[in-house]
Amino acid sequence: MSSPSATARARELLGVGALTNASMTRWLNGLPGVDQVGADARAAGLGTRSIKTTSKAWAIDTAIGMIDLTTLEGADTESRVRSLCAKAMAPDPGDPTTPQVAAVCIYSDLVPVAVDALRGSNIHVAAVTTAFPAGRATMAVKLTDTRDAVRAGAHEIDMVIDRAAFLSGRYLQVFNEIAAIKAACAQDDANGAANGAAARLKVILETGELATYDNVRRASWLAMLAGADFIKTSTGKLSPAATLPVTLIMLEAVRDWRDLTGTQIGVKPAGGIRTAKDAMTYLVMVNEIAGDDWVDPHWFRFGASSLLNDLLLQRQKLANGRYCGADYVTID
Amino acid sequence: MAKFEYAPAPESRAILHIRPSYGLFIDGEFVQSSGGSTFKTINPSSEEVLAEVTEAGAADVDIAVRAARKAFDGPWGRLPGAERAKYLFRIARILQERSREFAVLESLDNGKPIKESRDVDIPLAAAHFFYHAGWADKLDHAGLSDGAGQPPRPLGVVGQVIPWNFPLLMLSWKIAPALAAGNTVVLKPAETTPLTALLFAEVCQQADLPAGVVNIITGAGQTGRHLVEHPGVDKVAFTGSTHVGKAIARSLAGTRKRATLELGGKAANIVFDDAAIDQAVEGIVNGIFFNQGHVCCAGSRLLVQESVADDVVMRLKRRVETLRVGDPLDKNTDVGAINSAAQLARIRELTQIGESEGATRWSAPCVLPERGFWFAPTVFTGVSQAHRIAREEIFGPVLSVLTFRTPQEAVAKANNTPYGLSAGVWTEKGSRILWMADQLRAGVIWANTFNRFDPTSPFGGYQESGYGREGGRHGLEAYLRTGASR
Repeated sequence: MSSPSATARARELLGVGALTNASMTRWLNGLPGVDQVGADARAAGLGTRSIKTTSKAWAIDTAIGMIDLTTLEGADTESRVRSLCAKAMAPDPGDPTTPQVAAVCIYSDLVPVAVDALRGSNIHVAAVTTAFPAGRATMAVKLTDTRDAVRAGAHEIDMVIDRAAFLSGRYLQVFNEIAAIKAACAQDDANGAANGAAARLKVILETGELATYDNVRRASWLAMLAGADFIKTSTGKLSPAATLPVTLIMLEAVRDWRDLTGTQIGVKPAGGIRTAKDAMTYLVMVNEIAGDDWVDPHWFRFGASSLLNDLLLQRQKLANGRYCGADYVTID
Repeated sequence: MAKFEYAPAPESRAILHIRPSYGLFIDGEFVQSSGGSTFKTINPSSEEVLAEVTEAGAADVDIAVRAARKAFDGPWGRLPGAERAKYLFRIARILQERSREFAVLESLDNGKPIKESRDVDIPLAAAHFFYHAGWADKLDHAGLSDGAGQPPRPLGVVGQVIPWNFPLLMLSWKIAPALAAGNTVVLKPAETTPLTALLFAEVCQQADLPAGVVNIITGAGQTGRHLVEHPGVDKVAFTGSTHVGKAIARSLAGTRKRATLELGGKAANIVFDDAAIDQAVEGIVNGIFFNQGHVCCAGSRLLVQESVADDVVMRLKRRVETLRVGDPLDKNTDVGAINSAAQLARIRELTQIGESEGATRWSAPCVLPERGFWFAPTVFTGVSQAHRIAREEIFGPVLSVLTFRTPQEAVAKANNTPYGLSAGVWTEKGSRILWMADQLRAGVIWANTFNRFDPTSPFGGYQESGYGREGGRHGLEAYLRTGASR
C-alpha cells in the first residue's frame, strides 16, 4: 500500500532488508529518551525570554504570517469559510501593511469554496482529511478523502495518525498509512490535482493522546520516516493540545532529522495558542532549538483561530501606543 | 545576521537606592569605623563604582563580636524558639517583598544575569529563612538530643565569612540556621560583593530584629582573619577557597572553636550512552555555565562515555553558541560578567595552561563588551586526568571534557580528585544511578539534573571540599551543642 520510495528509504535508514514491525520498533526504541523534568524545565526557561520593542514588532508580523487560520466545526458553512478567507487576506482592514496569514485550514469538502475565495492570493488552502479528528475509518475512506481534497485544489493536507495503532505498537501500520496518504498527495494523472504540485503533507500526532514525551519523539521520527513534510502536534479537538515542551521535542526531532538525512521538515503546533505572548514564546523556541532556517512560514506554522486577533490587537498597540479593544478587530 | 534578534530588555535600576558610602552594621545600627579604612565596590560588567564601603579593622571586629555576645547573653539567648521563628518568618517575607530590589543589586554588584538573581538567588535565600523559621521551635525534636534527653543548646557567637559567587544566598545559608538555633552572628561578606549584605542589614532593622543578633562587617581577607581569630567567637563558618579554608583550619587548631568549611570542588558530570542526550546537554550547560561557572559545586569536568562523546560534544557546542553573553541586567542574558579582574586573570591563566598542556580549546563565538570583565564560554576537549585544567578549580565558564569506557572507569576518574563536593550522573537506568551514587565520593550527587538546591537538602563536601553540612536537619547540627559535644 505504501509508496516504494518511502519504503526503500526507510529500509536504508534502518539498515534492514525488509521493513517489519520488529525492525521499526527496534529503531524507534533506539532513539535517545526524553527526560520529562529536563524537557519541561528547558521549555519553561525559554518562556522567560523578554521580547520587546523592535523585536516584538517583528515577531508579531512574523507570527501572523505563520498562521494556518482554522475553522473546523460541524457547523461550518460556505459563507463562514468565505468570511474566514477574507480575514486571511486582509487581517486588519484598517491597516494594509498587516501581513497575510499563511493558509486557511478547513474540512476537505469545503476546499472548493476556499480555493475560489482565495484565488489570486498567495494564501494556501489546507484541508484536514483521513477522517479527522479521530481517524477512525477504513484506509479506503481516508485515501478517498485525501484525493478529493487534492483534486479540489488543496495545497496542504493535514492528516491524523492512527493513535490506536501507535499506542499498541503497530508502528509499521502507522508508517504504511502515512506513506499511502503521502502518495495520495502527489499530483499525478489519477489524482488530477488542480494546483500543479504535490500537496504538502502535515502529519498530526495528537500528542495529547500519546501521553509520554518518549512517544512524541518516536511518533515524530516515524512520521518523518514515512514522508511527512510537516509534523503537527494536535487536532485542536482535544486538551491538552499544543504545549511548549511537546513542541520543543518536535523541533529537536526535525533538527536531528535534517542532520541525519539532509531533509528539512516543518513543525506546526496547533490548538491552545491564543495570545501574542504565547506565539512569541513559540518563536523564541523555534529560533533557539531548531534555528534560523525554521523561522519561516514555509517551515513553521501556528494552527490557530483566536490567536490572530490578539496579534492584531498587540500590533495596533505598538502602532498607536494604546489598546483599542476587541471591537477594533474583526470576528472573522 | 540572525532573522530574530532580541532587542535589549534591561531590568530597571530605578527601584534601587545605593548610598554613596556605607558604614558597618553593628548592634542594630550603621556605624562609622573606629580607625578602619574604606574601599570601593564596582559593577564588574562596566567597572563603574557603585559605592564606598568600610574596611573593618581589629577594633571594629571586636566591637561587633561584643555586640553579638551582649545580644546572646541578653534578650536573644532567652527568647523561646517560637519567638525566634517569628523574626525569621518576617525576614523571609521582607526578602520576598523586596526581591526585585535585591535581584537588581545582586546583579549589579556581582555581575550575574538578572534572570538568575531573580529566579534562583533571591527566591532560594527567602526559602532558607522560611525553612529554618520552621525549625526554630522544633529543635528538641530534630533527633539531635543526647541520650539523657537534654535538648540541644545554641553555641553562642558565630563568625561567618562568605564568598562573592552567591552573596545573598550564602548569607542566608549562614544566618538562617544560626538564628534558628539561637545563636548570634557576625558576618563578613566578600570584599567584591558587600552590597546585598548591607541591604540585608536594612531588612534586619525593618524586621525589628533585636540589636546585635546580626552584625555585618565589611572588609577583605584581613578583616576575615580578625573575625575568625577573635577569642569571643564560639564557632566559625566559612565558604570559600580551599586555600583560605586550610589557613582557617590551621588557625583554629587547638582552640575551643568549632568550624564548618565549605570549600572548592572539581565536580564530575558523568554522561552515559543511554542518557536522555538533549536534557543531558542542558545539564552540562547548567552545570558549568550557570553563574559564569562561579559555583563551588560546578560540573567542571564532563566525563562522557566514549561511544557518544562526539555526538554530545557536537550538541554541546551548538547549544553553547546560543548562550547570550552580556549585560547582566538584560532579562535575556544567560551568561554575565566575571566577578573581578583578579578572577578573570586566574581563568585566563588556567585556560592558557590548558592549551599549552595540549588540550583543544573551543570558545563560543560571542562578542564581548569592551568594558568590564568578560570571558566567553569555553570547552576543552581532549583533556586527560593529568592536565591541570582537569584537577584545579578554575571557577569560571570553562569546561574540561574527558571520556570513559565503563562505569568503573567513570567512578575511578570522578573520584580521582582531592575534592569531593558534588557529582552528576546522566543515565536512563535507575539501578546504575543508585550504584554510582554509592560509589562516588561527593557530598551531593545529582541524577539527571545538576545545580539544584533546596533548603531541606544538606550540602557539603568530602576531603578538601570541606566539612560540615549546610541545609536540612544535618545543617542545624553545625549550630547546636548536642549530647556528646556539650
